[in-house]
Amino acid sequence: MKIQEVVDILAARILVENHGLDEEVPTGGAADLMSDVLAFGAEGMVLMTGLTNPQVIRTAEVAGIRVIVIVRDKTPPRETLKLALESGVTIINTGYTMYEACGRLFKAGLPGLGQVKMRGNSW
Amino acid sequence: MTVQGITKVQELIYTTKVETVMAPNVVVIGPDRSMADARELMRSKRITGAPVLAGDRIVGIVSMSDVIDAMEQGQLIAPVAAYMTEQVRTVSKEASLMEAVHDLGRQGYSRLPVVDEDGKLVGIVTTGTIIRALLREMDVSFQKKEAERLQTYRASHIFEDIASDDTSVILRHIVDDKDFANAGKASSVIKKSLQRLGFLPPLVRRVAVAVYEAEMNLVIHTDVGGEIIVEIRQDRLIVSAVDHGPGIENLQQVLQPGYSTAPKWIRDMGFGAGMGLTNIKRCSDTMSLLSEPGAGTRLDIAFVFGEYLSGAKRRAGKKS
Repeated sequence: MKIQEVVDILAARILVENHGLDEEVPTGGAADLMSDVLAFGAEGMVLMTGLTNPQVIRTAEVAGIRVIVIVRDKTPPRETLKLALESGVTIINTGYTMYEACGRLFKAGLPGLGQVKMRGNSW
Repeated sequence: MTVQGITKVQELIYTTKVETVMAPNVVVIGPDRSMADARELMRSKRITGAPVLAGDRIVGIVSMSDVIDAMEQGQLIAPVAAYMTEQVRTVSKEASLMEAVHDLGRQGYSRLPVVDEDGKLVGIVTTGTIIRALLREMDVSFQKKEAERLQTYRASHIFEDIASDDTSVILRHIVDDKDFANAGKASSVIKKSLQRLGFLPPLVRRVAVAVYEAEMNLVIHTDVGGEIIVEIRQDRLIVSAVDHGPGIENLQQVLQPGYSTAPKWIRDMGFGAGMGLTNIKRCSDTMSLLSEPGAGTRLDIAFVFGEYLSGAKRRAGKKS
């Protein structure tokens, strides 16, 4: 799915644009737990989260996440936006809740990661 | 800067072919045309000389000074053949620019017709065309270098360049306790370093995730901060997170998934879910945790390259 489609489907606002809107994102995921993001984060994915602190950006950077969708129309603090600018992560925000943001993208064809195995080196 | 500039120009002069600096569309004139025609041609085309062509053979070259000679003698009606220079110095399109520069500069020629292997006229070089081409080349090669430096810079060659019985690279990062503004910075820098060292993305990701969890542990749980040391060896990468306090009471307990001693404000930030060590264990090959209350903690995480051995390191391995 193209980033532009994600923006359209979520009626989102682009806060930090570090990617071309016609670039593809392969998968989506959602979490408010950064350890979960690290556990299932996949290269290039879209992450839905309710967190807005700078650590979200760091986590995204480490996990290779390309686009962060901040749900429930929260506006992240300046430090978060600044860090995103530097680290090459795109941030958008949407008025939908986490559940609905995920649902809309999934319905439109953006896949998740299927069942994540918690045992062994499943990377 | 000046020295570099001169060297670059010299390099270009030696390595560039005449063909790339010549002007390909040559204004020519026939030997039977009048000198008045030659004057008009030069004026309208804004040139100071032109090769004289009979068929596709170069028979001479006529310049502005020949036109002036003809004017002074009141002979503008005379044919070009009467005033042109018959001995024409040409240069092969395959020749190095050095040859053209030598003829134009030292020998005093103003323009050199460029010929192909059959002696056919294919272009012309003057000091003007050379300067324009050099400026263009320098600009292009500068941009190319910049692009290369930015996009393809890799440090992986250090494993090939530096010889020893066992070469390793050590990256040392200091992590301050409770410094949330910078938490994760070391991981981000380490990730970039590993990319530069030429490791494949899946391995870089595994290491980055482990280092990040370890770094967050230092930030959240220590009272004096600590150090993250990444040692890259031929066959493995070892991450050590070392701190001097406060130490862990019950090692078995902290290794339980979901067990956490993090305060609420840490949990509100999305951390402290008790999954850190579990995550580290999951993405590494071996993990060992040593700790003593009051003394400090040492976490060693190893990644064996195996299938993740990068191209550069594989080459280095073969050599030894």
